Amino acid sequence: MSIATIFGICAACLVGLGLYGLIAQPQPLRKILAFNILGGGIFLLFGAVARRGAAAGMGGDPVPQALVITGIVVAFSATALGVAILLRLFEETGGTSLRDTPKESQSEETNS
Amino acid sequence: MNVELVFSLGLALLILAVAGFVIVARGSFAAIVGFVAFGLMLSLAWMGLSAPDVALTESALGGGVTGALLLGACARLRRASDVEETLGLVGRGAALVLCLGVTTGLVGVVLCLPDPAPTLAPVAKQSLASTGLGNAVTATLMVYRALDTMLEKVVLLLALVAVWSLAPDRFWGGRPVFGSRQEKGGPLSFLARVLIPIGILVGIYLFWVGADAPGGAFAGGAIIAAMGILGFFAGVSAVPAVSAFRLRVALAAGVAVFLGVGLAGLAAGTGFLTYPENFAKPVIVLIEVAMTLSIGVTLALLVVGPPGESFGP
Amino acid sequence: MPPEAMASPNAGGFLVLALALPVAGILLVFLAGGRYGRGITLALLVAGVGIASVIAGGVWRTGDTVTYLAGGWAPPLGIKLRADGLSAAMILVTSVVTLAAGLYAPHEFRVPPGKPETRASLSFWVLLLSVWAAMNAVFLGNDLFNLYVALELLTFAGVPLVCLSGTPLTLTAALRYLLFALLGSALYLLGAVLLYGSYGTLDIGLLAAQIRPEPALWLAIALMTAGLAAKTALFPVHIWLPPAHSGAPPAASALLSALVVKGSFFLIVRLWFDVAPRMTGAIAGQILGAMGAGAIVFGGVVALRQARLKLLIAYSTVAQIGYLFLMFPLAAEPNALAGGMFQAISHAFAKAAMFMAAGLMAGVLGHDRIADLSGIGRALPITVFAFGLAALSLVGVPPSGGFFTKCLLLSASFTAGQWWWAAVILIGGLLAGGYMFRALMPALTDPEIPLTLPAPVSRVREIVVLALAVCAFLVGMFPQKPIELLQIGRVHLPEVAPP
Repeated sequence: MSIATIFGICAACLVGLGLYGLIAQPQPLRKILAFNILGGGIFLLFGAVARRGAAAGMGGDPVPQALVITGIVVAFSATALGVAILLRLFEETGGTSLRDTPKESQSEETNS
Repeated sequence: MNVELVFSLGLALLILAVAGFVIVARGSFAAIVGFVAFGLMLSLAWMGLSAPDVALTESALGGGVTGALLLGACARLRRASDVEETLGLVGRGAALVLCLGVTTGLVGVVLCLPDPAPTLAPVAKQSLASTGLGNAVTATLMVYRALDTMLEKVVLLLALVAVWSLAPDRFWGGRPVFGSRQEKGGPLSFLARVLIPIGILVGIYLFWVGADAPGGAFAGGAIIAAMGILGFFAGVSAVPAVSAFRLRVALAAGVAVFLGVGLAGLAAGTGFLTYPENFAKPVIVLIEVAMTLSIGVTLALLVVGPPGESFGP
Repeated sequence: MPPEAMASPNAGGFLVLALALPVAGILLVFLAGGRYGRGITLALLVAGVGIASVIAGGVWRTGDTVTYLAGGWAPPLGIKLRADGLSAAMILVTSVVTLAAGLYAPHEFRVPPGKPETRASLSFWVLLLSVWAAMNAVFLGNDLFNLYVALELLTFAGVPLVCLSGTPLTLTAALRYLLFALLGSALYLLGAVLLYGSYGTLDIGLLAAQIRPEPALWLAIALMTAGLAAKTALFPVHIWLPPAHSGAPPAASALLSALVVKGSFFLIVRLWFDVAPRMTGAIAGQILGAMGAGAIVFGGVVALRQARLKLLIAYSTVAQIGYLFLMFPLAAEPNALAGGMFQAISHAFAKAAMFMAAGLMAGVLGHDRIADLSGIGRALPITVFAFGLAALSLVGVPPSGGFFTKCLLLSASFTAGQWWWAAVILIGGLLAGGYMFRALMPALTDPEIPLTLPAPVSRVREIVVLALAVCAFLVGMFPQKPIELLQIGRVHLPEVAPP
């Protein structure tokens, strides 16, 4: 049992937790939170892989570490976009439900 | 069992406990506070995994800036009507089984990963000298996999345009509404005036030192973004208007310089995103300067949101 | 320092241009403002069609893939760009459809005189250029993480297009689309992490050489396929697509249905045919095929019951996506890969034409209720004719692209002895005929009061729609060259024998 294995198993559990939250939580803000936990788990798994690749005098494989940095930035952008859409939806409707109301789904669109 | 392992085990369990709290907590505010704690503990885990660059980026971005974004959202959504459950008991049970299955599969794979682990560390180290850099992670981001980083800067810029596109038509060109309209001279304003210059210096230092030690453009940019958010919130600096040309230049600079250097290499015949033979490090630093600026401004504006008030007097 | 040959001698640099041009466009439009968005975008798109032709020509002439090493660094450390026959064909289709969308885009994305910019003008053109950039990155990428970044770029471009009009319905649809898409990318990345942990590289070519049939590989492929299938709206995880594609502005719907969903699909093809050919197992293929069959039947049946034209077209997309997945249980047959890709290509042209035609009709009538479409056939004859052509291609009437697709898939399913897919294809064709007939019949009747156009409809827009529909037929009338192009770079399959 090494450090990498410990955090690898931790990461696997985080992925499961985040996935469950993303699917099961009804509120979009909580889904976004769960997505961040899921992302954190995936990155941590990548980190465990990097730690296992320690060689040539470095503490870890630099390539996965660089990819995780990229991934963290992308995940943040996704969160920001999701929050922005959610806030706009709230401003328009006063609610945050993802459920279409029956009358809305039959209303006419006059896009051109 | 040495101390390090015990520590790591304890940290891992703590991380799982906090993550579990975030998922099942009743109130959104509590969940978000838990999430910020989760981010900070994750940074500690990254230190334990010998990845200081990632730890810096995670603590600044994952913990700090994301927390600010989510707390702001939670505050504005407080008056939202409650959302009813979409999945019944059966649905949630099925989801639970699915997630347990995925976790079990992952644990199995983790335990059976090949030994010795395949790694690119020796190759990366070998080529490091020719890049003029001392930090292999920075070299990977800026040299070996520069195309990824350039595309990811485009993703960042696009996310901001996407957020801006959510503004109502009548507010276009204006400033985002952000902050609680503190009067000047209040305690928050004082804290901001003291903290922001220090923070910006720290950010610049992190980016500069990232060439040879842990740090880099992303960590530095994230800290600068945090300072920007603090400044906007405290009313110390005005949020820029969306149509301001200088703002657009600052936002586009990262991609523009990166693409420019890349195309120069293509035109010169050496190849897209190659660096001149003995001149690599100055060019890389130039790109990183533009990147740090763009990243800082973009991240701050992503938190602040789309325009919410009209432009002009 | 970088090793020997960095690029294929012929067209390597053009692979870079295929990425650099759209990115430069994004920067230019962002800096110059929405007023110049249309001009900059159209100029670059015309150049883009040229570049795509050069790439396709390079692949065709050499009979081999065109590669480029970004920065001169070879995999596993660096990133390689690679254009094989599949990439070249899809890049060409993407550039043509995107150009058409740019030409079609309506006046509400133009900036009225006196204002420097409007929200819609800046957003639309930047988003269109981003879709183009992301699709090229998906088709040219040979590195799994580079492809992940391309997928995220595609998502961030597609989601805001859905809610461009800002109505609550579209905002809900966009948020749901975003959540599904993020789930999909997360699962994809998770699989990529497992692959790196097991093999130490993310380059597709290097992975293909090193993979062994083991649990890590199967779990990785399963996760990645599941995530990508969610992004491609494969039944039963299709629920985000109909409201999203029907609520977007017509030019955006065309891009979303014709191109964006094909991006994630393309990566499934890459995984199954390039990374792990023949290691995916028969059962997995049958599962994907079954979901595809479900999509064909379900999408067709629900489309029959729609009251609104745009929703009908969106459910038609759900059904047509099902055909794409019939190639996986038949993966051992060369005709299956060709059939799937042909479906991707001809559906792209036909569906783009359909959404654009529906947009013109809705613009004249002010609504898109099918029951009240009467008179539109006389008012917009070119448009309705184009819609009819596109419908014929989707149904599979000879000599359209859709007909040739069905031929390929039918012959593959009989050769493989899996006749049940043939039954599904025939049922799908019947259903498509049914709902297309339902949509077109009212349009061809005359109303009591003749319809008057509120404003003249631009000829350019009608011609663009017609051109797209004709392309769907051209692909079917001259299939030999495209089939040969698609075969270039395939290392594991024997020659395709056209039916």
